[in-house]
Amino acid sequence: MVELAQKSSEARNARFGRVVSRYGIVLAFLILFVILSFAHQNFLSTGNITNVLRQVSINGILAVGMTFVILTGGIDLSIGSVLAFAGIVAGALVTGADPSNPFLAVAAAIGVGALFGAVNGLLVARFKVTAFVATLGMLSMARGATLLISDGRPVPNLSADFRWLGQGFVAGIPVPVICFALVFVIAWVVLRFTIYGRWIYAVGGNVRSARTSGIPTRMVTFSAYLIMGALAGFAGAILTARTTSALPQAGLGYELDAIAAVVIGGTSLVGGVGSVVFTLVGVLIIGVIGNGLDLLGVSSYYQQIVKGAIIVAAVLIDRSRNAQS
Amino acid sequence: MQKALEGRQVLDLSDAGFSVEQTVLLAATDISKSFNGVPALLDGRIQLHAGSVHALCGGNGAGKSTFLNILMGLLRADGGTMVRDGQVVSYASAAEALADGIAIITQELSPVLDMTVAENIYLGREPRRGWFTDSAKMVADARALFDRLKFKIDATAVMRDLTVAQMQLVEIAKAISRESQVLIMDEPTSAIGEKESETLFEAIRSLQAQGVGIIYVSHRLTDIFSIADSYTVFRDGRFVESGAIADIDRQRLIGLIVGRDLRDQEPRAEREATEAVIEARNFSNGGVFTDISLSVAKGEILGLYGLMGAGRSEFANALYGNGPKQSGDVLLRGTQLIIKHPSDALRAGIAMVTEDRKGNGLVLPASVRDNIVMGALKRFSSFGFMKAGEENRAVDAQIERFRVRTASRDLAVQNLSGGNQQKVVFARCIETNPQVLICDEPTRGIDEGAKREIYAFLSDFAARGNAVLMISSEIPEILANADRIIVFRSGRIAGELTAAEATQEALVHLAS
Repeated sequence: MVELAQKSSEARNARFGRVVSRYGIVLAFLILFVILSFAHQNFLSTGNITNVLRQVSINGILAVGMTFVILTGGIDLSIGSVLAFAGIVAGALVTGADPSNPFLAVAAAIGVGALFGAVNGLLVARFKVTAFVATLGMLSMARGATLLISDGRPVPNLSADFRWLGQGFVAGIPVPVICFALVFVIAWVVLRFTIYGRWIYAVGGNVRSARTSGIPTRMVTFSAYLIMGALAGFAGAILTARTTSALPQAGLGYELDAIAAVVIGGTSLVGGVGSVVFTLVGVLIIGVIGNGLDLLGVSSYYQQIVKGAIIVAAVLIDRSRNAQS
Repeated sequence: MQKALEGRQVLDLSDAGFSVEQTVLLAATDISKSFNGVPALLDGRIQLHAGSVHALCGGNGAGKSTFLNILMGLLRADGGTMVRDGQVVSYASAAEALADGIAIITQELSPVLDMTVAENIYLGREPRRGWFTDSAKMVADARALFDRLKFKIDATAVMRDLTVAQMQLVEIAKAISRESQVLIMDEPTSAIGEKESETLFEAIRSLQAQGVGIIYVSHRLTDIFSIADSYTVFRDGRFVESGAIADIDRQRLIGLIVGRDLRDQEPRAEREATEAVIEARNFSNGGVFTDISLSVAKGEILGLYGLMGAGRSEFANALYGNGPKQSGDVLLRGTQLIIKHPSDALRAGIAMVTEDRKGNGLVLPASVRDNIVMGALKRFSSFGFMKAGEENRAVDAQIERFRVRTASRDLAVQNLSGGNQQKVVFARCIETNPQVLICDEPTRGIDEGAKREIYAFLSDFAARGNAVLMISSEIPEILANADRIIVFRSGRIAGELTAAEATQEALVHLAS
């Protein structure tokens, strides 16, 4: 009896602690939001909010993919380079006098992204190369390949139809934001309501137990990198459309922002625990801080320091939570 | 009641040949501890004499861990007194307890695997010569230590090459090298086989002879009766009884632990021969197991017994598609199966409770619900989407059926006790609707009550026309639950016994 009471009370406390630390990050975001809206009168303006959302959509799409990979206990460092490669491919298809259909260009970008992702996935899932090392190698290879196919030069003169993807609006909402919203909702549904979502969490939580339960663990790990690659390709197409020419040096360091968003959202780097919803909060925090500091005229050098400090703080909070339980 | 118990204690000890003035190394009385106002320990007591192996018994949740953590300075007691060598003490940290000669050897060993044995023993306090480590002295000291303890371990061996039992001996040596006089051993045999246990017991006897006092915690009653000389039982956070092992029998000890009178299990009734449900033919894998052929009949529980490393687990894992094999065919009711992955086995109706529930049985951070349905996701989904209602109903039914004690189906499995975790593993297997259940050490490290429930479940499962392949290192468990026992020795089948002809001696004889 005593034991039962103790168990349930412990469970309650554990759950309470989890709720506080889980939603702590949302609270932090809201506080930040309120402070910034007092600190600068333009922060809450429709124009600025739209601007923030557009700025975060590229990182948002990448961070959603990164959530899949990190949930399986992996990491993908190659996405910035893959994004650049896919951007060049898309740009090459829609440049010049006879541009291809923009949808074809987007599909091609997603396709090559997925191809890179598949190679990463094979290396990690089939050949058991550590994710860090495999994707670090891919970071360098994909960047080199990008420079090779573009000869190191930007691809200019993209068709107006294609540029709509990065610059257009639907009902007053920027197209990239709509793309990000779609990606986010699909990912949320998949992770939360499907068998595949369960597989991802199980593989990340304990790959050997997942296998014992009959889950095709290799396929699941492989697919996470595939999804990540495809989303990096998609983000590459959007970024290219936004910047009006495809740049071979695009996406440098983007992997770090995506990882940062996932980590700030509290998804465990060990795998198995986390949520794409909290990744969204992480993405928004990074975006809002950048925007707020911009508005307040703080140098971008400081912004980097602040961003780094937030990442470390988020992990520290995570640690102390784990230490408690 | 209390008075009577104390009287009994003194009487028992003198009966067992202890002199009254024998040194008390450690005495704890009335130790209590609450967490957030909920008492975990109400009245913890122990009296440990020099040269004694004192078994601390109790089910999961009896308060043993809390009590040990207090002895070790990892937790602060709310009340009670602890006396160490005649001095009232209260440790603020494990370091203080260690400095006062109390060391613990836990279930989870944490040696530095790539260092040598000697380096592990003197980790952090290496003998030095100037700025450098004096390796020669370190090795010489370690050898002298092993000689004194009569441990046969090479001080220069790399830790990784040692068996689990040897690693435990190294941990013990480490504790002794720190001049520890009180040694707490928490489930020391849970990860090692019969033969290795004997090595460990010899070591314990040698320590005993040198006046070390040992608090021995184990769910394995067999071990307790072969090594301990006195016992203390806790139940529901309270001291229940203390006495000499010589004065108590297995049945009564179990009764004290579970708090109700449980008779030692009866062997299973004889059963009619029936057709085979599953048949394994010529399973071999590079000397780990060789030419294993066996079959399990409808309604039968087949026990697999053997020492650690005899190839039982490896064979079972290969059968389930979860481990390598070079050859071997599986027939399910006469139909040949191709099993390359556990998913193949599950689809055919073969489920497995693996030996290491934390390592490859459960996804610890995932919820009770997610774990229970993990093997049967397809059944609870349509077009890839989970059907939450059906799923939750099935999970609740399993929680009820196995009497899993959990605050909610959404609680992470890592928050459950060992016995309840094991029930979740069983529930996961049953949710796949198996006809064959392979269970590898199904009751390892869980309390007596949960064990009984699992035995009852296995018996019932078999009675419904299914087949059970049960691997166990605990002879009484296998004798009480199996209809037929196959003994493995060095990767081969050494013999087969029916429940009627099997005895402890016969099994040990065949296995070694």
